[in-house]
Amino acid sequence: MSDEKRKWHERLQVTLWTLIVPPTVWSVHFLFAYLWAAVSCAKTGFFAEFPTLFTAGTVLALAAIALSGWIAHRQTRLRGDPPPHEQGTDIDRLRFLAKSTLLLAGLSFVGVLFTALPVVFIGDCR
Amino acid sequence: MSLHDQDDPALRAAQEQRLREVWAPPKGLFLRWTDTNNNQVGNWYVLTAFAFMLFAGVLALIMRTQLAVPDNDLVGPGTFNQLFTLHGSVMMFLFAVPMFEAVSIILLPQLLGARDLPFPRLSAFGYWSFLLGGVFVSGSIFFDAAPDGGWFMYPPLTTRTDLSGLGADIWMLGLSFIEVSSVAAAVELIVGVLKCRPPGMRLNLMPLYAWYILVVAVMILFAFPPLIAGDVLFEMERLLDWPFFDASRGGDPLLWQHLFWIFGHPEVYIVFLPSIALFAMLVPTFARRHLLGYPWIVLAAVGTAFLSFGLWVHHMFATGLPKISLGFFSAASEAVAIPTAVQIFVFIVTLWAGRVVWSTPLLYATGSLAIFVIGGLTGVMVALAPFDWQAHDTYFVIAHLHYVLIGGTLMPLFAGLYYYWPLVTGKKLSDRLGRTAFWLVFVGANLCFFPMHLSGLEGMPRRVFTYPADLGLGGLNLASTIGSFVIAAGVAVIVLDLARSPWRPRSPRNPWQAGTLEWLAHPEDENWGIRSIPLIESRYPIWDQEDFVRKVDEGRYFLPDAEEGRRETIITSVLDARPVSVIRLGAPSWKPMLTALALGGVFILTTYHLYWPALLSGTATLAMVLWWLWTGTAEIPEKPCKPIGHGMELPLYISGSASPGWWAMFITMMADATAFSGLVFGYFFFWTRHEAFPPPEMASAPGMVWPLSALALGLAGWLTTIAAREVHARGGVGMARALLLFGLATSIVGVPAGLAGPWFSGMDPTAHSYPAIVWTLTIWTCLHAAVAAIMLAYVLARSLAGRMTPSHDADIRNVAVYMHFFALTAVVAYATIGLFPEVA
Repeated sequence: MSDEKRKWHERLQVTLWTLIVPPTVWSVHFLFAYLWAAVSCAKTGFFAEFPTLFTAGTVLALAAIALSGWIAHRQTRLRGDPPPHEQGTDIDRLRFLAKSTLLLAGLSFVGVLFTALPVVFIGDCR
Repeated sequence: MSLHDQDDPALRAAQEQRLREVWAPPKGLFLRWTDTNNNQVGNWYVLTAFAFMLFAGVLALIMRTQLAVPDNDLVGPGTFNQLFTLHGSVMMFLFAVPMFEAVSIILLPQLLGARDLPFPRLSAFGYWSFLLGGVFVSGSIFFDAAPDGGWFMYPPLTTRTDLSGLGADIWMLGLSFIEVSSVAAAVELIVGVLKCRPPGMRLNLMPLYAWYILVVAVMILFAFPPLIAGDVLFEMERLLDWPFFDASRGGDPLLWQHLFWIFGHPEVYIVFLPSIALFAMLVPTFARRHLLGYPWIVLAAVGTAFLSFGLWVHHMFATGLPKISLGFFSAASEAVAIPTAVQIFVFIVTLWAGRVVWSTPLLYATGSLAIFVIGGLTGVMVALAPFDWQAHDTYFVIAHLHYVLIGGTLMPLFAGLYYYWPLVTGKKLSDRLGRTAFWLVFVGANLCFFPMHLSGLEGMPRRVFTYPADLGLGGLNLASTIGSFVIAAGVAVIVLDLARSPWRPRSPRNPWQAGTLEWLAHPEDENWGIRSIPLIESRYPIWDQEDFVRKVDEGRYFLPDAEEGRRETIITSVLDARPVSVIRLGAPSWKPMLTALALGGVFILTTYHLYWPALLSGTATLAMVLWWLWTGTAEIPEKPCKPIGHGMELPLYISGSASPGWWAMFITMMADATAFSGLVFGYFFFWTRHEAFPPPEMASAPGMVWPLSALALGLAGWLTTIAAREVHARGGVGMARALLLFGLATSIVGVPAGLAGPWFSGMDPTAHSYPAIVWTLTIWTCLHAAVAAIMLAYVLARSLAGRMTPSHDADIRNVAVYMHFFALTAVVAYATIGLFPEVA
């Protein structure tokens, strides 16, 4: 498939940096959640009844991870020989990185959900 | 040269003779220690780390003997404190982490078909630092001066000089020195994996060991620096009475716990992942098939690396933090079980799908997985805060961590030892002794540590030198003690096996019939690493590529010669391993050892409060480093390019982001920036712990004027460096020199400008944590300004000496990377101390 015919999400450059996008989103969300709770508790003694900021941040993180996973998924489907992608070709290297990114997106998605759970069950700063 | 040329045996013999001469180790009683070749330095490194393991094991045996029966009096409480502190510290800092670095220094160049890693002298420097610091820390117990505050050194016990002696300083400064060598190894390994792969070894063909090492080395960059930041604060408190951890003066002992465990938990994975990486090499060999699920291993390694930085507070569940915070860390601690399990399943599935050869290394591998899984399951238990409150500081935790470390680090290393011994020595170890040792270690580990789950749940506390008989734990403790001696017997059998190895017959080349590159190593032990650097088309080239070994051996691939009498290797691109250049590697030299000695002097003399000699030693270190850089780096080659075979010509000089030096600077500065962020974390941590921070009586200090002036000077230095780099690249040498001079001046003036803020507002760092942390951030930034000045002066001198020209500009490009990070440091530091008090 030539470059001209590829859709925008298939033309994106896959690198080591894009590989770590999903777990980086997880870590930013995690740090944000921890700081939000720690600073709220230390400075005011409570956090919001319905945490709008926290919910928005979580939805944003999940969306970013899902988008990154979707792009990766599309790129694993680029035409080429069947798996395993262990040839020394451009397309196999691309599909390997895309597959790894997709897997990391899955783990990061679960990770963000795990981080969000305590806020559902714990309502105060004790 | 074409393939055809290599058909001539006389030519091949001449090439081999040249390679042999170039890579010949230095001879002579003293000179041999100047070697920098990875196989030599790696061997010293492994042997030293192994010796420290045996030493720490003996300490454990003394502890277990003391605990064998109730009310025992073999050792007193003071000695017992030193024993457990040193046992933990040595096993972690002097065995587990250095062992991974050592094994990687031996294996990685072989795995990547490189003649050596890109900075062989840096490896040697790391080794000498490790040896010196390790002997210093370990030796302290013979003078009854060993650290005795637990391997995590919690203040205030350890920061109050009336409660703890010299041992705390020895721990803090001795191990800081070791941390320097770990960061050095991380730089070496990251650049090695990214830039020294053979042509064709794209990211999807890289051996999984290299993936793991890349991930772990990056983890070191983010895990060790917070501890270095903690060490800085800790020694400031001990030596200068700056109250970071003293609650009566606005400090907080929990800050240390945060900084320590931000290091301490990733550390667990830093020692686990490289050991499990050995499985990724030996499992396919003995399953006789490619490893299944290659991207799943990458998921596991990268996923574990990230999650491991979200676990640190699970060591602090009992400190009274809000439950919501505990919840986040508990959740992440459960989530890390997912990638950990994934890699174990990948190994099991590969074995299942293959035709298994039941060798001794595989026996260790499977046995260690069994032990590791038990430790992992108790890990899931203690990751739950309510359970942890029950088990905290009991023997249950000791059982958990030893199952994890024996199953996840020690036994995999033994598997690697039996697997790779023929690679290093050309001789196999004994299967009979190896299997005997395995069963002794396996049974011993379970007998020693399983009863600790029970004694822990029944109330046996950690770090207590004895226990009363009516606690009813005599039987369980005796079982643990017997188990510990059974483990020791197993290790003794391994030592015996190693000692008998020189008298064994040589094994054939590649005795396990493995498929990966490292097994190209010659049994005759040539020092050149690899005869010619191959073109890689498969993950298991020895299995899959036709005539592969013969072609490598006959020099039919790249760089089969050393015409100019220099040690060389090929640099390739990060993603697709396209050849970029040939670099000249450092030859044997005294410089790494002498630099390590000088730097060691700084740490050791400071321990004994000998500040003037320490300053002298520091100056000597700086002089050594500059001499090393001036004579050994960014050398302008005698010709621009050289042929590497198959009609390819590669440049001998590269600069900027394609070059290893640029990456080394970038990686080092990442570590530096992480340490700095640890200090900034301290500032904001204090802010959360106080009603008003800065305290009202100090709210106007250090003011805005001086910090913002220093910031302006720092940014001016940064901008002029960038301008100088650009002008220089376009041929404006004179203008570039003028700009460098201006940048040099602003950097120098930036030092007093930065210090003026806290100085003129009369901030007394011993009075309260606020002035102490402001001074610390200021001094850190000013030190960086001073280093910037030294670097700019160095670049100017290189230009004036004709060692840097517009087409050979690696020096200024690397310094520009430093200046980017310096500018970031200045912005964050001066904005924090100058502007934050206005909005707080």
